[in-house]
Amino acid sequence: MALVLTEEQSMLRDSARGLISDKAPVAHLRGLRDAKDTTGFSRELWTTFAEMGFSGLLVPDQFGGSGLGCVEAGIVMEEIGRTLMPSPFLATSVLAASALSRGGSEAQKAQHLPKIADGSLLAALAIDEGAKHRPLQTKLQAVRSGNGFKLSGDKAFVVDGHTADLLIVAARTAGSAGDKNGLTLFLVDPKAKGLAVERTAMVDSHNAARIVFDNVEVNADSVLGEVDQGFGLLEGVLNIGRGAIASEMVGLSDDVFGRTVTYLKERKQFGKAIGEFQALQHRAAQLYIDIEITRAAVLKALQALDTDIEKAATAVSVAKARAGTTATSAVQEGVQMHGGMGMTDQFDIGFFMKRARVCQELFGDSNFHTDRLASGKGY
Amino acid sequence: MADLEKFRAETRAWLEQNCPAEMRKPMTSDGDTFWGGRNAKFSSDAQRVWFERMRDKGWTVPHWPKEYGGGSLDGEEAKIVRQEMAAIGARQPLTSFGISMLGPALLKYGTEEQKKEHLPKITAGLIRWCQGYSEPNAGSDLASLQTRAVGDGDDYIINGQKIWTSYANYADWIFCLVRTDPAAKKHDGISFILFDMTSKGVSTKPILLISGYSPFCETFFDNVRVPKSHVVGTVNRGWDVAKYLLQHERAMISGMGERGVGRPLGQIAADSVGADAQGRLDDAQLRSQIASFEVDEAALAAAAERAVDLAKAGQSHPAFSSAMKYYGTELNKRRYEILMSAGGIDALEWESDRSRGGARPRAWLRTKANSIEGGTSEVMLGIVAKRILDLPGA
Repeated sequence: MALVLTEEQSMLRDSARGLISDKAPVAHLRGLRDAKDTTGFSRELWTTFAEMGFSGLLVPDQFGGSGLGCVEAGIVMEEIGRTLMPSPFLATSVLAASALSRGGSEAQKAQHLPKIADGSLLAALAIDEGAKHRPLQTKLQAVRSGNGFKLSGDKAFVVDGHTADLLIVAARTAGSAGDKNGLTLFLVDPKAKGLAVERTAMVDSHNAARIVFDNVEVNADSVLGEVDQGFGLLEGVLNIGRGAIASEMVGLSDDVFGRTVTYLKERKQFGKAIGEFQALQHRAAQLYIDIEITRAAVLKALQALDTDIEKAATAVSVAKARAGTTATSAVQEGVQMHGGMGMTDQFDIGFFMKRARVCQELFGDSNFHTDRLASGKGY
Repeated sequence: MADLEKFRAETRAWLEQNCPAEMRKPMTSDGDTFWGGRNAKFSSDAQRVWFERMRDKGWTVPHWPKEYGGGSLDGEEAKIVRQEMAAIGARQPLTSFGISMLGPALLKYGTEEQKKEHLPKITAGLIRWCQGYSEPNAGSDLASLQTRAVGDGDDYIINGQKIWTSYANYADWIFCLVRTDPAAKKHDGISFILFDMTSKGVSTKPILLISGYSPFCETFFDNVRVPKSHVVGTVNRGWDVAKYLLQHERAMISGMGERGVGRPLGQIAADSVGADAQGRLDDAQLRSQIASFEVDEAALAAAAERAVDLAKAGQSHPAFSSAMKYYGTELNKRRYEILMSAGGIDALEWESDRSRGGARPRAWLRTKANSIEGGTSEVMLGIVAKRILDLPGA
């Protein structure tokens, strides 16, 4: 498979870019933040996403979606990254759609997937519990009770958790923290008794939530996939999410870099454009090279996910690790090269820096994925 | 697609049958590389057999036209041959600057006569080429070169000195930049010319490097007579040819690291530093350096693959090889810093048989030239800044 976009994929990128740059430039995020909007994204824009077929991009045809793959999801994520658009796309259309279509029973798919495709159902994936992403350390307990289970424990950093109509929750049904066996995924109604959601306003003005489960009852039909054997399914879904976030970071890096290069050409000091100074030229060139190499690694990972998800872990870790370090450089150089203006809230650069920090943490930062690559190679 | 899958299956079967087992082992010394040329010697029967089979198949340079000894493969097919060779660890049957540097320039700028004269001798490994670019006072500022070519009837008389001429002492012919118009602006008076190294007035002197090896030479021209018909491209427009060739040279150098060949770095390191009960290297910092390196190495491999695909799709920037050259050479230097650290005191032995004559420290020192030869890292960053990012001045 060639490591370039096909004609269809280029058309998808153009239409996503057209819509997002028009309806949701960075000013859109700024407006939601300034208004302290309780939803944190535009439901109207989400309807448009559904009309354009983006919300059901990963949903199979028979459930009303487009049946496309991770490369296409990555294309939309990259465009989202360019303007930092807050959108349910990641949580609902990438994570939940993947989890349901890969692990769901026919009944679960028929119940939820068409609603994801038409934009009427918002979902969220609840994995993390501690300060760092450690899915194997899941402690939230699911204890058998009657025909079902009772869930108790805490989840944090649940993207879109405050607006979700459906939660997908990783819980421990056997074993102890650190074990691969004994993890189970559950579909949980956020309105269930004993469940408390706290929206956590984050540094990047995007959405996340902390959720407390206090003996939340679910029935046996809410198990997604197999009891105790949820890790494989979860890992596949997380790898898709990691590829998607890496794509978002490529878009973010590319846009902040473009803004920075423009500034280097416009800003004059000592009687000339600061972009004439070799100290800045070489750093800009290094950043360009970093971004292009990361872009290739991310596309490679997305193609690997579409080809054989079981063998994609290394490529995904390479992509997420690279995307994290590249985005960190891009936003740091972005602020530095914008000088004092980069420190002001009035300039958009700071929004990119904040979002990059959050994307680093989502589903494992560069350290997590670099370590995972080493462990995978046996050293 | 079905055709390509068929081609892949045939290629795999052919390689399986024709590549000797010995030619599938990682290379361990300079003698493992076959450069061809008038005085070429094979280091083993297997090396000879492998070269001859690949030559007869047209696969010493699979993507060149058959009429010049290539295989006339298209981009997709050539990629498949590379992939299938890599899959079994097959060595390159022939390495030469004729293939990686002169050939592409001749294909673009050469006359039909020049192509017919030189390309078949490159693919057949008969003539070994060297590159006459740098001069003592023309390094990064290559276009300020002073070697003069003065017309004399149908010939030029060439006088001057080149430096860092790789393997000039083994080469049969040289492709050389000479000044044909000293009055013109520095980029406008240069010509690209070919001549035989056995011509009267050519001499070479190897330069001893920090590695203890002498891969580079000083090359002197003292009234060397060369027919004017040996100029490639237009007289005084040699800089166009030179730049085009440099793009290929840079692409080649960026791929010089031993990516995906031989034992993984983590295992090499485990041999000397040991591992803990979980199998993790007993040096946490080194482990993390290796892992970061491998992340970047895998990303670069994807970028190299993408660069080829972009070129095929007509979407590549001509200066992108400078980006790849910069990153690939810096990465290769990192690789050898890690290898030295992983080897500890064992990697310091310089002469013993145990150390294969100090192979590792010598290779480590050799890599320091990667970010200098073919344009320094600083020159590469300048090219990216100017030609790709369009930054002012520069």
